[in-house]
Amino acid sequence: MTSLANKIQDVFNEPGCDKNQGKSDKERKKGCTKQLQPGAAAGGCAFDGAKIALQPITDVAHLVHGPIACEGNSWDNRGAKSSGSQLYRTGFTTDINETDVIFGGEKRLFKAIKEIIDKYDPPAVFVYQTCVPAMIGDDIGAVCKAAAAKFNKPVIPVISPGFVGPKNLGNKLAGEAILDHVIGTMEPEYTTPYDVNIIGEYNLSGELWQVKPLFDELGIRILSCISGDAKYKEVAWSHRAKASMMVCSKAMINVARKMEERYDIPFFEGSFYGIEDTSDSLREIARLLIEKGAPAELMERTEAVIAREEALAWKSIEPYRARLAGKRVLLITGGVKSWSVVAALQEAGCEIVGTSVKKSTKEDKEKIKELMGQDAHMIDDMTPREMYKMLKDARADIMLSGGRSQFISLKAKMPWLDINQERHHAYMGYVGMAELVKEIDKALYNPVWEQARRAAPWETKPSEMFSEPEPELAAPTALAAE
Amino acid sequence: MATVQKPKKACTVNPLKMSQPMGGAMAMMGVQNCMPMLHGSQGCTSFGLVLLVRHFREAIPLQTTAMSEVATVLGGLDNVEQAVLNIVKRAKPSIIGICSTGVTETKGDDVEGFIRLIRDRHPELSGVEMVYVSTPDFKDAFQDGWGKTVAKLIQDLTPERAKGAPRDMSRLNILVGCHLTPGDIDELRGIVEDFGLTPVFLPDLSGSLDGHIPDDFTPTTLGGTSLSEIATLGEAGVTLVIGEQMRAAAETLESKTGTPFVLFDRLTGLAPNDDLISFLAKTSGREVPAKYRKQRGQLVDAMLDGHFFFGGKRIAIGAEPDLLWNMAGWLTDLGAVIATAVTTTESPLLAKLPVETVLIGDLEDLEERAKDCDLLITHSHGRQAAERLHIPFFRAGVPMFDRLGAGHETSIGYRASRNLIFEIGNLFIVNAHEPDPDSWRTDHGAAAHTRPETSSEPARMEAL
Repeated sequence: MTSLANKIQDVFNEPGCDKNQGKSDKERKKGCTKQLQPGAAAGGCAFDGAKIALQPITDVAHLVHGPIACEGNSWDNRGAKSSGSQLYRTGFTTDINETDVIFGGEKRLFKAIKEIIDKYDPPAVFVYQTCVPAMIGDDIGAVCKAAAAKFNKPVIPVISPGFVGPKNLGNKLAGEAILDHVIGTMEPEYTTPYDVNIIGEYNLSGELWQVKPLFDELGIRILSCISGDAKYKEVAWSHRAKASMMVCSKAMINVARKMEERYDIPFFEGSFYGIEDTSDSLREIARLLIEKGAPAELMERTEAVIAREEALAWKSIEPYRARLAGKRVLLITGGVKSWSVVAALQEAGCEIVGTSVKKSTKEDKEKIKELMGQDAHMIDDMTPREMYKMLKDARADIMLSGGRSQFISLKAKMPWLDINQERHHAYMGYVGMAELVKEIDKALYNPVWEQARRAAPWETKPSEMFSEPEPELAAPTALAAE
Repeated sequence: MATVQKPKKACTVNPLKMSQPMGGAMAMMGVQNCMPMLHGSQGCTSFGLVLLVRHFREAIPLQTTAMSEVATVLGGLDNVEQAVLNIVKRAKPSIIGICSTGVTETKGDDVEGFIRLIRDRHPELSGVEMVYVSTPDFKDAFQDGWGKTVAKLIQDLTPERAKGAPRDMSRLNILVGCHLTPGDIDELRGIVEDFGLTPVFLPDLSGSLDGHIPDDFTPTTLGGTSLSEIATLGEAGVTLVIGEQMRAAAETLESKTGTPFVLFDRLTGLAPNDDLISFLAKTSGREVPAKYRKQRGQLVDAMLDGHFFFGGKRIAIGAEPDLLWNMAGWLTDLGAVIATAVTTTESPLLAKLPVETVLIGDLEDLEERAKDCDLLITHSHGRQAAERLHIPFFRAGVPMFDRLGAGHETSIGYRASRNLIFEIGNLFIVNAHEPDPDSWRTDHGAAAHTRPETSSEPARMEAL
């Protein structure tokens, strides 16, 4: 456990993060997330975070060492898509029982690795530590080492048991696992001056494929995406890229920063959510590649693609702008991507009446202020009851959030759109922005709202029974006019 | 009679089983104004929450003691105390239902002791019930957690009753297993009320997870069995028990209050529903309403129409013991053959299943053994297996996250049994193989006798 404690301290000291560097030593030691509140906590654990970060690697076996809860209650529930192997969607777990808890689960783990290699022969096995084996002292690092030697195959320990912290910490510990055991262990067949890594992108709903065609057109090769639609070998040779783009904010900043330190791969933080963000990111990729030796004409070609794509995107959004103008959006996300989504929604003419900043950095908050003005309504911690009330009182026309809060919106009979990782629509890049606008329009103008808000005829007073529905029960537009 | 096989593998692949505390928490969701809570790391709750949200498409009340590594080692008293105080402040529940997890059981937290200490320190909590159930993740399965929780609710909340105290013979307790949906409970309520009896369900998910739209937002459960209903379970004339997993709960109630029980291990198909209706008629002293005489006729007719399609069909089922028993039972009644059965945990029913062997295993086992089957029945996680096997797939059990209306799937009573025959029968019809000139050709030139039932169906239909 001491090595894990050291690892955690290591990721809590992040030179790549301004907020972290602004802290005193003592503050830094406490970590970057608020203490969890028993009885008022929501959100996943460190194991969940590690699994989210690495499970998108498609061709490896992801083996969870723990009781049935950790994998049995959660497998095949994430939306990362694969262009090839489906092995990442197979649930592997040691499902340890009472006897294992008493006598130790290392033998079972070793046997499990063997069974997987015998039956599925993946290029690597990732072994995830969970709370119970961590407590009883199963040394999964040693088991992985022994198994790797015996079966001549990479067996990667991902040491991120749930109780060490929240999801975000798990993302980083997963990053450490691949930094320690995967990245730099293989060599690509060839390299080009146009090789990039995309770090912290999980290809949810196939979003990566919304921007990959642009990369292809520009001749930029995604040498490795960590970890969306990735193959094991791609992650293993990612150290040969010329530049990295870090998406999803700070989740995997340690990977980007350490790859810069170790392999001299410069990185920038960018986003493919929103038209302008996408353009900025493409420009930044081109700039870094040119800096590292790619021909300067890449920038001209990039600008040409940007100009064409922006024009197309605006054109596809145009028909919706009038319909969405002034629509008030309540945006409850994990927080990290708040500002990029804010920009995107403003492009569509929406008004953001509130956005969550629970997990946002100071920088993120500044960006939100820049976009929404000084009186931006930033919500630090909104209880479900408050969200419900805000919607019920029609102070917002639609809520964009993750799946767990959707019913708050739906029970208030207000439109809702999923923008979290389990969502079924892809919203990245220029085409994704158009898709998001289309989905918001579809949600807002669906005829169900008017019907759902109408009371049963016998619940209104007899005299009104056959008259028009009351104005506040009518359409979202009527609500907006109040 | 079946042989029960235990798993020999070290690695579970594509789990069929879900963990015990999840079953416990879901049972708590059938109690009114309750906040269920898992005593463990916050991930234990988060996974369960996402799972049930996706299954029911409803907001799910479920809290956590958010145990950190240090708290786990030192013991969880402070976390349980803080959690209880926070929940009471924010959600004002009548009852907090606490289930343990793998982490806190490995440490050996004495939660009953914690509750006593918390009560001593906070007399202001006197109006809030706290019920604790031991449900380690590394033992048993979902339905066990459910059964234990209901037994514990009765143990803690139903007072003992003197022998010979008068009973309200019009009142009927119904203890329901987790294989029943909110839709099933509503169906059963209707049937019981038609006999003039007043049912009290425990747990009652039909109030809390049936998808109705409330007027205000509540952070706790909506509907469900009220505490006063649980407290007066002992006054009912008799307890109807649905599912073997509820036996312990029924026995607890009987030993505390003397309320006798009648256990139905399944309620899909003709014979078990004949037994149910006879039981209700006898208990209520009423004639069987015309409605049920008619429904019975319709079920018999559906069985006659459907048996052509079910006869000889080979079926693979992966389900928890009670659901497996129910499914295997009514499918066998229609002439189908249960070729493969995989389940999650021990049950006295397993040895009685109409199969050769039943395996306590996973979906990889089910997939391997279902290769020559005509239908796969399991929960939504079977979707990948069904795709690879190219056989029709019928979803049953929890979770059912890739279909609408999981909470309203109904399988009990004459009417739902009839509809189930249609639903699965239609799957067979849609997937029937059309014969072609090579259907009966074999390498050695003789006609094959492999699958006569599939190809002869159209001919039999015409003959009718």
